[in-house]
Amino acid sequence: MNASEITQKYYRADKLPHIWCPGCGHGTLLNSVVRAIDKLGLNKDEVVVVSGIGCSSRAPGYLDFNTLHTTHGRALAFATGIKHANPKLHVIVIMGDGDSSAIGGNHLIHACRRNIDITAIVFNNNIYGMTGGQYSPTTPHGDFGTTAPYGNIDSTFDLCNLAQGAGATYVARGTAYHANAMDKLIEKGIQNKGFSFIEGLSLCPTYYGRKNKKGDAVKMFSFLKDSCVDKKVVEKKPELGENKVIIGELYNNPKPEYTESYQVIIDKFQK
Amino acid sequence: MSNNKSYKLLQGNEACVEGALAAGMKFFAGYPITPSTEIAELSAQKLPKIGGRFIQMEDEIASMAAIIGGSLTGLKSMTATSGPGFSLMQENFGYACIAEIPCVVVNVQRAGPSTGLPTSPAQGEVMQAKWGTHGDHPVIALTPNSVQETYEMTIKAFNLAEKYRTPVILLMDETVGHMREKLTFKDESEIEIINRKKPTCAPEEYVAYRPEEDMIPPMASFGEGYRYHVTGLSHDETGFPTNNNKLAGEQVERLINKVEQNIDDFSYYDEYKMEDAEIVVLAFGGVSRSAMTAIDEMRENGIKVGMFRPITMWPVLEKQISAIADTAKEIYVAEMNYGQYFYEVDRIAGKKCPVKKIVKVTGELITPNEIIAAINGGK
Amino acid sequence: MFNKIEMRLSGSGGQGVILAAIIFADAALADGLNAIQTQSYGPEARGGASKAEVIISKDEIKYPKVTKNDILLALTQKSYDKYIASLDKDGILVVDESVNVNEDVPYKVYKLPIINTAINSIGTHMVSNIVSVGVLYALMGDGVISYDTMVSSISDRVPPTTIDKNIKAFEEGIKLIRG
Repeated sequence: MNASEITQKYYRADKLPHIWCPGCGHGTLLNSVVRAIDKLGLNKDEVVVVSGIGCSSRAPGYLDFNTLHTTHGRALAFATGIKHANPKLHVIVIMGDGDSSAIGGNHLIHACRRNIDITAIVFNNNIYGMTGGQYSPTTPHGDFGTTAPYGNIDSTFDLCNLAQGAGATYVARGTAYHANAMDKLIEKGIQNKGFSFIEGLSLCPTYYGRKNKKGDAVKMFSFLKDSCVDKKVVEKKPELGENKVIIGELYNNPKPEYTESYQVIIDKFQK
Repeated sequence: MSNNKSYKLLQGNEACVEGALAAGMKFFAGYPITPSTEIAELSAQKLPKIGGRFIQMEDEIASMAAIIGGSLTGLKSMTATSGPGFSLMQENFGYACIAEIPCVVVNVQRAGPSTGLPTSPAQGEVMQAKWGTHGDHPVIALTPNSVQETYEMTIKAFNLAEKYRTPVILLMDETVGHMREKLTFKDESEIEIINRKKPTCAPEEYVAYRPEEDMIPPMASFGEGYRYHVTGLSHDETGFPTNNNKLAGEQVERLINKVEQNIDDFSYYDEYKMEDAEIVVLAFGGVSRSAMTAIDEMRENGIKVGMFRPITMWPVLEKQISAIADTAKEIYVAEMNYGQYFYEVDRIAGKKCPVKKIVKVTGELITPNEIIAAINGGK
Repeated sequence: MFNKIEMRLSGSGGQGVILAAIIFADAALADGLNAIQTQSYGPEARGGASKAEVIISKDEIKYPKVTKNDILLALTQKSYDKYIASLDKDGILVVDESVNVNEDVPYKVYKLPIINTAINSIGTHMVSNIVSVGVLYALMGDGVISYDTMVSSISDRVPPTTIDKNIKAFEEGIKLIRG
């Protein structure tokens, strides 16, 4: 299917254009989500896309699925209710960095721990964009935000390590630049019967870029390209991984899935 | 004793679960908290046996979110908590109001504020039930005063949630939640069950938030082929966000009107020895039990006193309370808080007759003697 | 003639006074009476003195708490000390023999070897609560709840493998009063 056919089939055309700023990485990441769903041939009626609050959270509104735009940080808790209540549904959650790891951090680790069959994708732009550029848990140490006018003194979350440590059974990192790779990571994440966590490195030229003198969107995209290296490459040539962000499939270790385990309990009582 | 007893000695909390199951509950999400925990425990035990689903979430914020998710897939959903957890649920309670998600939220009230006295009764969330979440919104709250009534009102709570597409609060207190008394089960044929209105049109014609005559939009479940959008932002009838101030205002008005204009449909209350009452005690939940005993004693001494007991706490039963004030010489509002519902009663009745408070915040049930003393002292 | 009995059963946590109260409430319902059972929770229950209340009445019970305590059971010194003040002057006090009580009192005092009866006759202190049920049942007087109803209420509420032991404990309790 070519790009316009995909748009036709999966986007709510009347809701476009989207609200994202020129140069924002979110649109590219969202296209990866859609292409992965298309590749897997999922029935649109059985796909639920859930989001929280922030720039990323506007994504579901543009998509022609069952879509749920919830409260800040709580997307995974809503999604858990949906998946547990109707395990037949494919539940995909799109969150922002602050959304998923600050206000929603507790929900994130517990969704990971349960290994419930949800695919969580974080559009990480290292900033609170919707509210105008405050530092988030993924803003690099020393960088600036409107609430870090003298430089961010916080340490930065490695979201993938966090998800893996908390029990996610599939963990991957991709970027808005490496679109084809991102498609595949999401595709595999959806296929994993369990909790999948995929960090999508995005970019925010409007707030993060401007505040930190990162140049325009093109320059920021180039930075994504240059600063990231795939795990497989580093495995062969470790020296190429120095001072780089590792992308690709980081962890894949299936375990019993939550709703299936619950079904075993239900089945015990079926005569 | 026969093995097929149609009654059981049960706690109020247990009766709540029995009522929920009778009403068709299939999904429960919750977090342990005294004195409501038995509701989660019993739900965990019973739901899988009927093919339903229980989940213990990481906190009450998540519990409220999860039941909204459960309800969106078409399952009748409930959560239960107490004061501190009720505070945490307020955020997503508001979401359920604006997104019009049927669900039942049980709050077994304990003494506060904050952690307070976790095992002691109170009625400190009377106002929070109405105003706890931000913004203007509709609230239906029911308060039972016995094990039997807890069962019956839980069924009604589900029915009202489904009928009006709105979260319904069952506002219990520790006294009623923990006491054991007789519950007579109803036969399935005697129980009225209301299910949410579903769309009858084709999916491509479905306008998710377009209200019908009754102000309520039909609700499709996720997964049924009606792909629609749900948001906590102000939205138009398509369900998509709008910045149109007029539409936003109309939405809030409709949400409130669909509940408040139908108050006659669910005006539940009880009157005790009110026929010739000159003094009226307005009491609800556990305190009403004390009030009835107090009234029995005062009646023996020739005092013409009766009780009005709202079961529907929100919306306030304005008509009934106003009518009482037409004949009563004075009204005492007895509640296990520092005076909350008093302000509603005083607003409605205060211009017609004196309205006085009988309050207690020690974490103990108001006793009959305290009510008698307050009324005698007031003479 | 019986119209209403308000009982308070107290002891240390784990002695099963709540179950004892539930058995009375269950039996009362089975015999067509009204009953309400309540108990202490949390710090109060864990602090050494556990309390359960049961009200049995021919009429509807409104206020759910004990106001006129007709019968007080105290299996431990701590529970006796804590709850004795609430006993009605015309009431009945039942204590285990290990409890020191003030004898110069208006109410009737029954100081009985409840725990030792459980240990010596049944072989376990675990059934002290059911021995107590027997004692209280005998003191309640005839015509409140039938013997058969008590037996089936006990049978319904104790673990199935312990029914015989518990029925025997109940009968031993009755004997402590009736001989």
